[in-house]
Amino acid sequence: MPERRRPQLNVHVQGWLLALPAVVLLAAFTHVPAVATVIDSFFSTPHGRRPAAFVGLDQYRTMMADPIFRLALKNNLLYALITVPVSIGLALAMALWVKGSIQGRTALRLAFFTPTILPMVAAANIWLFFYTPDYGLLNQVLRALGFSSVNWLGSPATALPALMALTIWKEAGFFMVFFLAALQQVSPVLYEAARMENASGWLVFRRITWPLVMPTTLFVAINALINAFRVVDQVIAMTGGGPNNATTLLLYYVFQVAFNFWDSAYAAALSTVLLLVLAIVAFLQFFLLDRKIHYR
Amino acid sequence: MLNRLGEFASTVIAWLFGLIWALPLLYAIWAAVHPSAFATRFDLLAPLTLQNFGRAWAAAPFARYFLNTALLVLGVMAAQFVICTLAAFGLARWKFFGSGVLFALILVQLMVTPDVLIMENYRTLQKLGLIDTLTGVGLPYVASAFGIFLLRQSFKSIPKELDDAARMEGASTLQTIRRVYLPLARPVYVAYGLVSVSYHWNNFLWPLIVTNSVETRPLTVGLQVFASVDQGIDWSVICAAALMTSAPLMIAFLLFQRAFIQSFLRAGIR
Repeated sequence: MPERRRPQLNVHVQGWLLALPAVVLLAAFTHVPAVATVIDSFFSTPHGRRPAAFVGLDQYRTMMADPIFRLALKNNLLYALITVPVSIGLALAMALWVKGSIQGRTALRLAFFTPTILPMVAAANIWLFFYTPDYGLLNQVLRALGFSSVNWLGSPATALPALMALTIWKEAGFFMVFFLAALQQVSPVLYEAARMENASGWLVFRRITWPLVMPTTLFVAINALINAFRVVDQVIAMTGGGPNNATTLLLYYVFQVAFNFWDSAYAAALSTVLLLVLAIVAFLQFFLLDRKIHYR
Repeated sequence: MLNRLGEFASTVIAWLFGLIWALPLLYAIWAAVHPSAFATRFDLLAPLTLQNFGRAWAAAPFARYFLNTALLVLGVMAAQFVICTLAAFGLARWKFFGSGVLFALILVQLMVTPDVLIMENYRTLQKLGLIDTLTGVGLPYVASAFGIFLLRQSFKSIPKELDDAARMEGASTLQTIRRVYLPLARPVYVAYGLVSVSYHWNNFLWPLIVTNSVETRPLTVGLQVFASVDQGIDWSVICAAALMTSAPLMIAFLLFQRAFIQSFLRAGIR
């Protein structure tokens, strides 16, 4: 009897032993800090010899009354609402272009995909020049066309859209790759049949292409959504959240409160909101996506 | 007729987008290889120069930043390979006590990435005395849910018979992993390696928070410090520096385009 049980026990012990390093690190840098963040958000920030005290929902009340938080949330929602569909639409268009028999498709694919490889900080510093007030590239073009120049990153109305444009430029090519793969899975027989029926290009797209790449669209949308709430590099590199917090996004605000104002409890409350947003996205993913499609 | 017109219009629009997409990089190259005076003036006869790269290189310790990034990227990748392989193997081959729950908990990290928990993780590093070290920059990413997930999937597709055969010859678990699983899963390691290297080469927020000296700063942070503090607004030098920091990855990408695109595809998420 003991002879038989030993290998079984072995599997349990060995399984945990193999997973142990990963479990310890994941717990230390993901699960424990996530729980700690939520707990900390119900306490006050310790100052000097005054320890943290339980304050209940005070941090959240402060947050509700904090105009910068409300602006950051609004900016971030707007950011997601615009960058996600635009990047997806462009990515699909790019994939359709590159997949077809267009002239110079290799060069096009290269042009579309290259921004993905660039570090965001490097891209942001290059784009800064486009947006420079007087002699920046965009303004040179505007003036050549007879318009007056715009202070793209300096005025609240254009600063956030300027950052969105950079994000779309950087992400669309990455998402294109997924659509390319999805399009290659579509059976050519379907397109043949459509041609026999003399269906218009738009009809083919709406009836064949769009429904068949739908799982990919959802997969990409979820990823784009997560990314939209983790945007921070370009804010640090280009605007520092300004002008007048017009480009302050959630993660940037967390960063600012935690590492410039050193208000750890308030930062914890803000992080909790971010965690909540991610939980909602996870929930969406669970119900919208059949994971098997992409993860096999 | 109408169809051909539509096709032509589509081609033109495609090329317009291609041009817009290529423009930032083309501009950066233009500014970097011409004297500063031509950074904002486009003259085909402008003299070429490599001085901007020299000036950037001399103005900030980029050599050190390169070394830091290389150490960080390779260190993280090596550690990820080891730790994720071990966990993935157990999860792929055995149904041990709590393995289902464990896997679900691991997947949480796909959503809650370390950059969302910057403050708590900073405190943890403080307690460990790892602030301003490369180990500290890499540590939160070493146990990667994504890596475990990817390797688990590929290990599962390896026939159990091969495993059994190795065991019959008396191989231990670790030996079996090394002799059977590692060689068969090689393409997945290549894909994961490429994704990991490009992610950490480009990572910015966490290293910005953790590092505060030349000895630990990776390229991205070094570039940002350089662009915002050391330089005024000399676009040529900033562009040269930006290109320099991206160059190794860009060159690798141009050489192995197909492998890169395949890897990103296989990997799904960065």
